[in-house]
Amino acid sequence: MRLELRGITKRFGTFTANDGIDMVVEPGEIHAILGENGAGKSTLMNTLYGLYEPDAGQIVIDGEPVVFSGPGDAMRAGIGMVHQHFMLVPVFTVAENVVLGQEPVGKGLIDLRRARQIVRETSEMLGFAIDPDAKIEDLPVGVQQRVEIVKALSRNAKLLILDEPTAVLTPQETDELIEIMRRLAAAGTSILFITHKLREIRAVSDSITIIRLGKVVGSATPSATESELASLMVGRSVSLGVAKEPAQPREDVLEVRNLVVRDTHGVPVVNDVSFTVASGEILAVAGVQGNGQTELTEAILGIQKPASGSVVLRGESLEGKGVRERLDSGLAYVPEDRSTDGVVGEFSIVENLVLDRIGAAPVSRGGALDMRFLRRNADELVKEFDVRTTSVDRAVGTLSGGNQQKVVLARELSRPLSLLVASQPTRGVDVGSIEFLHDRIVSERDKGAAVVIVSTELDEVLALGDRIAVMCGGELVGIVPGGESRDVLGLMMTGIGPEEARQRAAEHHTLLGEADLEAEAEAGAVLDAPAADAVDAPATESSTTRSATTTSAGEENR
Amino acid sequence: MSATATVTGTTAPTRAVVPSEIRRTGYLLIGIAALAALLAVLVPSGDSRIRISTSADALQIPIFAVPGKVTAIVLTLVVVGLAAYGFRLTQRGTRVPVWVVATAGALAFVVLLLLLSAGKDQVVPITGLLAGTLLLGTPLVFGALSGVVCERVGIVNIAIEGQLLAGAFAAAVVASMAGNAYVGLIAAPVAGLAVGALLAFFSIRYQVNQIIVGVVLNVLVVGITSFLFSTVLSDNPNLNSRLGLPVLPIPLLSEIPVVGPVLFRQNLLVYLMFAIVIALQILIFRSRWGLRLRSVGEHPKAADTVGIDVNRTRWRNTLLGGAIAGLGGAFFTVASGLAFGKDMTAGNGFIALAAMILGRWSPKGAVVAALMFGLSKQLGQFIQQLQAPIPPQFLLMLPYVVTILAVAGFAGRVRAPAAEGVPYEK
Ligand SMILES: Nc1ncnc2c1ncn2[C@@H]1O[C@H](COP(=O)(O)OP(=O)(O)OP(=O)(O)O)[C@@H](O)[C@H]1O
Ligand SMILES: [Mg+2]
Repeated sequence: MRLELRGITKRFGTFTANDGIDMVVEPGEIHAILGENGAGKSTLMNTLYGLYEPDAGQIVIDGEPVVFSGPGDAMRAGIGMVHQHFMLVPVFTVAENVVLGQEPVGKGLIDLRRARQIVRETSEMLGFAIDPDAKIEDLPVGVQQRVEIVKALSRNAKLLILDEPTAVLTPQETDELIEIMRRLAAAGTSILFITHKLREIRAVSDSITIIRLGKVVGSATPSATESELASLMVGRSVSLGVAKEPAQPREDVLEVRNLVVRDTHGVPVVNDVSFTVASGEILAVAGVQGNGQTELTEAILGIQKPASGSVVLRGESLEGKGVRERLDSGLAYVPEDRSTDGVVGEFSIVENLVLDRIGAAPVSRGGALDMRFLRRNADELVKEFDVRTTSVDRAVGTLSGGNQQKVVLARELSRPLSLLVASQPTRGVDVGSIEFLHDRIVSERDKGAAVVIVSTELDEVLALGDRIAVMCGGELVGIVPGGESRDVLGLMMTGIGPEEARQRAAEHHTLLGEADLEAEAEAGAVLDAPAADAVDAPATESSTTRSATTTSAGEENR
Repeated sequence: MSATATVTGTTAPTRAVVPSEIRRTGYLLIGIAALAALLAVLVPSGDSRIRISTSADALQIPIFAVPGKVTAIVLTLVVVGLAAYGFRLTQRGTRVPVWVVATAGALAFVVLLLLLSAGKDQVVPITGLLAGTLLLGTPLVFGALSGVVCERVGIVNIAIEGQLLAGAFAAAVVASMAGNAYVGLIAAPVAGLAVGALLAFFSIRYQVNQIIVGVVLNVLVVGITSFLFSTVLSDNPNLNSRLGLPVLPIPLLSEIPVVGPVLFRQNLLVYLMFAIVIALQILIFRSRWGLRLRSVGEHPKAADTVGIDVNRTRWRNTLLGGAIAGLGGAFFTVASGLAFGKDMTAGNGFIALAAMILGRWSPKGAVVAALMFGLSKQLGQFIQQLQAPIPPQFLLMLPYVVTILAVAGFAGRVRAPAAEGVPYEK
């Protein structure tokens, strides 16, 4: 399908989220859209999928102007979309979700055999297998995403919209998704791809459109370097990677001793985990999603009750202490899922920014909220954290994904803290803002806070971690110094101990590691290689040979 | 390509921690068993006289006597066995099937019957009691099914009570006007549908809180019908005559002992109920209509993105639910051969709601739960006839006590449709 957008304009009240967007997507092309948080990417995609009606402009498919009055129309015209938040019914099976809305019917009832067959055929075509009878809620997010892709393709999508598909994926899953995207494009499907990860854009896209403040500000080819892309997008030069001084660890602040957390079935999801984090130090916890990191952080906050073991803050056991007490003793907490645990969507930015502090001065005085303080606080934080919004009174739920995340971080970093526990602190945030947020986190460290960063993003782990702990299957595989090689970390994430991982890393290596090293090598020519990404000598040697193999593999796949 | 080893975060379970709602069912079962045992101990010596046949049966089985104490002990052992089985399941973290709890509860009731009838002259008409159970359960089944349809599509239907009452009223009045009880079966669902339309209008169109709309509608229907009852109907008694649906025995099937008279010697409304239960059980889970219905109640946005019109689906099924409850309302008047009386549904709509929750939003479960309430009602009435030394007020409380115990001990934290009660906006 050849898609052409002509002058698409979409306003929310007086605010123009898309302003005369022109764009062309050729058949079989992977077209990336790059832009800051709140630039209007999701709005544009929702308009294209018929969820919003454009205030002006035209959508032209294969030369024919079309008008969509709902997503049903867009689907029939051959447009499929994988949303930032999946559109799957959690209690339905894969097959039921895939056929929903276009169910094959025999004898008055749904023909489930046919439905299963559709799932199998479509997924085989894409080179993976899904159990058609598995319930969605039992599947990991990566698999759920594939169900979404199968769902779109089984409806004969000729153009697939992927809105930040990799934000929730592990590096392995991202690898696999990229593979699927290439297959699809080779078979003639056009793909519109939104991501904040420049490396992915360079690895997979054929052309790139850059959007800033609702307008198209330029286009680029994948041969552009990451820093070129970043500065095009933000409109100023951005330094990728954190310039941080080596840590000056002082006394231990957080001590986790033999911690065990069980799920409702009694299965240990955190199994005998022990570590310490000192003041002035960042411990990054790496690992594939769902290997106990969530429960670990929740046990530190106190919303999960450990089965055994203890959490000690400044020499004092937190056992029996409520969340309130823990927060009052200087704990700041960033949950991994902002929309369910981080913000109250219906509340305004002003209110969300003080959620954890109501009930005490200066937020409330004499039992009532001090609105003057609240507004001043909001104005300052919105400015400092560059939250893109028309007003501080907007409901947080209407902000773009990345801007919601900034609100959470602004709140947590706005009070004095002795321990920061942050999961996926920059999920969905654009590169410009990541730079700022990382700097803020490092400055908290330098002010003496102990910091625990949980991230499935190796970039983030490497950028921030003074030491890196790797978790797998609820257990701590090991703790290695910051700047450990990507391949070693990747192996440790599968449960292999640090010693063996280092040995094996010399022989095997991941596609991601390769693509990364390749990008690094190129970026290195333009920028100074970031300190945290520095790899030790043997790894660098193998990296040169590796980047060569990647390039050729990449070409084969195109 | 890459050295991908997929990692799963879990290992084999060691010591099972049982979720509290499952554990609670175990305690409920132990409670039932203990109660049965206590009652069995109290059963006086002497026989209970049991009648199985009804007067209309071709094959008559004579009245026979069972030794009260011995039977009570045997039944108690069965209850204990069921409780032990159920408790073992809960210890392993498995859900106890509805039938285990329902059977144990029913048997405990029988023990109570033995306690009250042993050594007395009064005959215990088993078949009659079962038939009565079905009869008393009928409006509850209709109400619960209405709830299932509405809640599965995401609309909380508190207005079941009002829909039943409107159906009862319309059935009586229209049947009286037409002089034919069957016409009442057409009027009743129309009246229920009208109440459903108001519910849909306010909760879908104006997104008013659905629970509030439901409560207000209940009050509204009570008000309107009571007003009409004491004005129009009392001035024109011929508008509110006692018309009854004739019993239509099904040849052969109705002659099976016990089962025949209970299931197959009924009026058209009861047969309609059987048909609707079976149809809904199949269609909700296996038809296109059912899949779309459930998707709208679980994740309306997902339904919308595949081209399902969420609000239209909600409208239609709220109307359907209203009509089902309205039809059930006909039970109180034409199906029972009674004239309309003020507020005659007497809280049945709310018990139906509890039956729906207890039945986990499935037609099958709702029927089992509704019949359990029907049984407790029937026994309450019967025990009153036995002139047992229990104040009648306590016996009238029985169904409600059972409701509370059942919902608290058994339903626990069952999962309602995710988008229930949440208005959909694009
Ligand atoms: N329903 C809405 N009402 C009002 N404003 C909205 C609404 N949806 C989006 N916006 C605004 O439109 C702008 C564009 O939002 P959009 O979600 O398209 O950004 P995005 O480019 O996808 O950002 P991100 O990378 O953070 O996901 C933002 O400023 C956002 O606040
Ligand atoms: Mg977005």
